[in-house]
Amino acid sequence: MINAVGREIPEKIGNYVVKPYAGPREAIEAEQPVCSRRKPSKRAAAENKLMPDLKSAIQACGLKDGMTISFHHSFREGDKIIVQVLSCIKELGIKGLRFAPSAVVNIKNPSIVDFVKDGTINRIQASGICGELGDAVVDGLELSEPVILRPHGARPHAIETGDLSIDVAFIGASAADDFGNCTGQIGPNACGSLGYSFIDSTNAENVVVITDNIVPFPCVPTSISQMYVDYVVKVDEIGDPKKIGAGATRMTKNPRDLLIAQRCADIMAASRLFKDGYSFQTGAGAIPVACTNYLADYTEQAGIQASFALGGMTGAIVEMHKRGLLRSMLCSQSFDAVAARAIAEYPNIVEIDNSMYANMFNKSCALDKLNFGVLGALEVDTDFNINILTGSSGEMMGGLGGGPDVADGADISIVTLPIIRGRIPSVVDKVFTCCTPGSSVAVVVTEAGIALNPKHKNYEMLKEDLDAAGIKTVSIEYLRDMAYSLTGVPKPVETTDKITCIVEYRDGTVIDVIRQIKRD
Amino acid sequence: MQTAKLKRTSLYASGANPINMIQAAFYNEDCLVYDMEDSVPNAEKDTARLLIYNTVRYHRPANKYVIIRVNGIYSEYIDEDLEAAVRARPDAIRIPKVEYREEAVRICQRITEIETEAGMEVGKIEVWCNIESYLGLINAYEIATADPRIVALALGAEDFTASMKAHRTKAGMEIFYARNMLLTACRHAGIEAIDAVFSDINDPEGLKEDTALTRNLGFDGKTCVHPRQIDIVNSFFTPSEKEIKYALRVLEAVEEGKRQKKGAVTLDGSMIDKPMELRARTTLAQAEAAGIAIGGMRK
Repeated sequence: MINAVGREIPEKIGNYVVKPYAGPREAIEAEQPVCSRRKPSKRAAAENKLMPDLKSAIQACGLKDGMTISFHHSFREGDKIIVQVLSCIKELGIKGLRFAPSAVVNIKNPSIVDFVKDGTINRIQASGICGELGDAVVDGLELSEPVILRPHGARPHAIETGDLSIDVAFIGASAADDFGNCTGQIGPNACGSLGYSFIDSTNAENVVVITDNIVPFPCVPTSISQMYVDYVVKVDEIGDPKKIGAGATRMTKNPRDLLIAQRCADIMAASRLFKDGYSFQTGAGAIPVACTNYLADYTEQAGIQASFALGGMTGAIVEMHKRGLLRSMLCSQSFDAVAARAIAEYPNIVEIDNSMYANMFNKSCALDKLNFGVLGALEVDTDFNINILTGSSGEMMGGLGGGPDVADGADISIVTLPIIRGRIPSVVDKVFTCCTPGSSVAVVVTEAGIALNPKHKNYEMLKEDLDAAGIKTVSIEYLRDMAYSLTGVPKPVETTDKITCIVEYRDGTVIDVIRQIKRD
Repeated sequence: MQTAKLKRTSLYASGANPINMIQAAFYNEDCLVYDMEDSVPNAEKDTARLLIYNTVRYHRPANKYVIIRVNGIYSEYIDEDLEAAVRARPDAIRIPKVEYREEAVRICQRITEIETEAGMEVGKIEVWCNIESYLGLINAYEIATADPRIVALALGAEDFTASMKAHRTKAGMEIFYARNMLLTACRHAGIEAIDAVFSDINDPEGLKEDTALTRNLGFDGKTCVHPRQIDIVNSFFTPSEKEIKYALRVLEAVEEGKRQKKGAVTLDGSMIDKPMELRARTTLAQAEAAGIAIGGMRK
């Protein structure tokens, strides 16, 4: 069948019954109670939650073949928890697990691929699987079912509907007490917000907190409450602080990125929504950080204050708050060390549940109030569809993150990307993998020009505002032609029929699939 | 000969760096200089020449004044550089280290020959001469008036200070005389004067001070060494309200003269010549580029 963004998708993929993407806000949710595996008190009041080691905790949880385990990815590539846990599971001889972290970070020696090959893991669900695992998956790594990729807002929804039912949630924390109250805000390996794990802690059958920093009861501040925690384990190291985030992400000096960032900030400042109390999400990376700095300057010049920044936080956003240009920060993730520690330092920087951030099936989510959302992309096509997963050769290069959620939720969603990367065009006829439907993208910003989407809900308003500000725009076809004129038209990536990944949209429908890359 | 095309900023893109050549077209510089000279290692001269030819001939960026800088007049590359550069049809060719009038004449003659051989419109390609030594400076006026193709002199401060045994400083006192001398020659010849680069790309405040001097001395533009310098330099070439009003009056007088079929037009008792008219058009183009709606209201 063909879904609403023109992608051909089977009605069933193995045991997975496909609900095709039908268009923005078209998904109808069954009226069923929220699912949770959490049980009332399992132990006597005096029972000690602090376990001597990981293996004991795993055994105490009753982890068995075929069960589902989860993690958060807030330690990024500095994570040392996932490998420790998987190694213990492997030593215990437990096989065929479903691995369901919020995202798979690129862990090496051993990698997740090694745990797939030895049979410890045979299914994967996450928001992204970039790195060695991703490359192996698109090349046909043997799993018992395709990888399910969900944006941040869809994961808590899948947990609450029971589609993703977690047996054991392993939650890394940079500080915890012996009752399981824990946080990522303090300690030598602070990662900041534990927003991704809130939903795991309240819905998994078993919750294990892992830390290298046991603090006296009560752990202050507490992000995840002891109410939800079954066991606590102290390990020698939970992460590498240099890779978790050594400092504030610095302002790039790349002139191309600065140009794109400046244009992005120009668009926001030109909009009628840029007024006292406006809100934004800029995200992480060179362009977003530079964009945040430009936006701060515009805000100061206008003599206004933003009401909130949302989602992943950087030192640049914290700086904006410190300058009095931003009233509050709703932080579901911390991208650098400054942002990680800021939650504990400033009362208006608030750690939030990832579900509150982006789950569209909540009674409300914070994205519903967002004015400006800035997004990165690997490719955009002439229908404004966005690919944030796969590169020019079909290789896995990114994760969905909250991109599809932000595009849909924000009044003005701004996609920033260079028009070419190396010899590869970024603006194309048809994206290889559709992750975000073009109807939710308001504007695409490149160094070669700005293209407005005439089909976006706020097109007329934005066009009028940009015209009034003298900001020139071009068509998306102009950008495509410019890109192709520089690189030529690439040959389509050839695939086999085997589906390696199912790409879900924020409403739980299937927006695309990724097939195995055909290699010569 | 003076054109109304803006020349506030000139950005070099090395022929040895295809990515930079592509990206350079997207910044806000008025003039994009594809370089065959200093930025290209000797081993890559041929490939850079071919790449620049194909880029300018077939992928010429829109809305830029496109320049090709060839290798030195006495280098082994100059003949092939000129052949490729002329046939690529840029707006101008930039000649490094010109010291004598005869050199400029010879290069311009060669350009004419190539244009003729290629069946191109003769005289369309303009020439910028880089003044990069005390000899070039002494002969600046002679060079500026050597051929009608020559529309600009550009000061190259690094080589100039070396030829003077001077030390290059941020304050730039060592090139103060050269700046004035070059400007005087250009003004007398009725062509444009382009100031030297400010080398420290990590010192925006220093660049602002230097560009303020550039502008106050009377230069028409400045060469930039990095894209991050462009917007700063452009901002200094935003004309004042008084200049805009005067430019409008000049052009109104010219139009009125045409309506009345007058041969000579005057404004406030002075005759308006062609360079004055073009300067007025440049002022209005600068105002427009700075986002000023004519009439003085900023867009």
